[in-house]
Amino acid sequence: MEWLLEHLDRLLLYVFGAGALVSALLMLVLRQPMRVALALISAMVFLGGIYGLLGVHFIAAFQVLIYVGAIMVFMVYVIMMLDPRDPSCAERFSVLVLPAVVAFVLLVGVLGYVVWAGAPALAGGAYGSVYELRQFAASFLKEYWLHFELTSVLLVVAVVAAVAVIQVHRGRHD
Amino acid sequence: MTDAQVLLTLAVALFAIGFLGVVVRRHILIMLMCMELMLNGVNLSLVTFAHEQGSPLGAVLVFLIFVVAAAEIAIAIPIALLLVRRKRTVDLYAYTDLKG
Repeated sequence: MEWLLEHLDRLLLYVFGAGALVSALLMLVLRQPMRVALALISAMVFLGGIYGLLGVHFIAAFQVLIYVGAIMVFMVYVIMMLDPRDPSCAERFSVLVLPAVVAFVLLVGVLGYVVWAGAPALAGGAYGSVYELRQFAASFLKEYWLHFELTSVLLVVAVVAAVAVIQVHRGRHD
Repeated sequence: MTDAQVLLTLAVALFAIGFLGVVVRRHILIMLMCMELMLNGVNLSLVTFAHEQGSPLGAVLVFLIFVVAAAEIAIAIPIALLLVRRKRTVDLYAYTDLKG
């Protein structure tokens, strides 16, 4: 029992990681887009749990609020708007399965080798909070204010572009 | 095997699975969701490095990636909807005339 309590953090980390991995693998094989969306949502929630274990609680909250709460809800709405019994996409995989699997194996091999060969650079930090939200906010608005402003410009551009895409379509049909 | 290595391996796996999904799947919305999975893998690696270094830079970058992902979806979904309305299908192979 004491051993379990002592290693609870690591145990939870492995459980959340395995859950995220299984959800990601399910995304590859599930046929219905709604089920894929639910698998992606569960992967994101598992990742939020990992962020919480690592002590970056605000990133975990953003993960659930922005990714699951905004982006994936938007995606689920779109899936519900489309016809769920659409027979046009009966084929699950494209013709590029074999080259894609080869590229997948190469990518995992190269990146995995880098991760395992670069092991001495990583100290293996402890669980819990390394820095607080106050420190994050201060560095955000003192050192990275330009990036913050640039992302707001990016959001404005995205809104204008979304409106423009809809307007182009409407103008063509009038 | 340290926890950082486990997390980085998980990040690599998520990124590679997302890449495989983008190339292999034919449904355009599923491809978009696989792109989101790739972004999630990158986020996990950034958080892991920030946790190792003890600096808030990785968290700042993750926050900016959240904003970029939201902007990406805000543009990609209307484009996908317009394509579906025009071609009456979600199958990627109906859009091959978009090739240059």
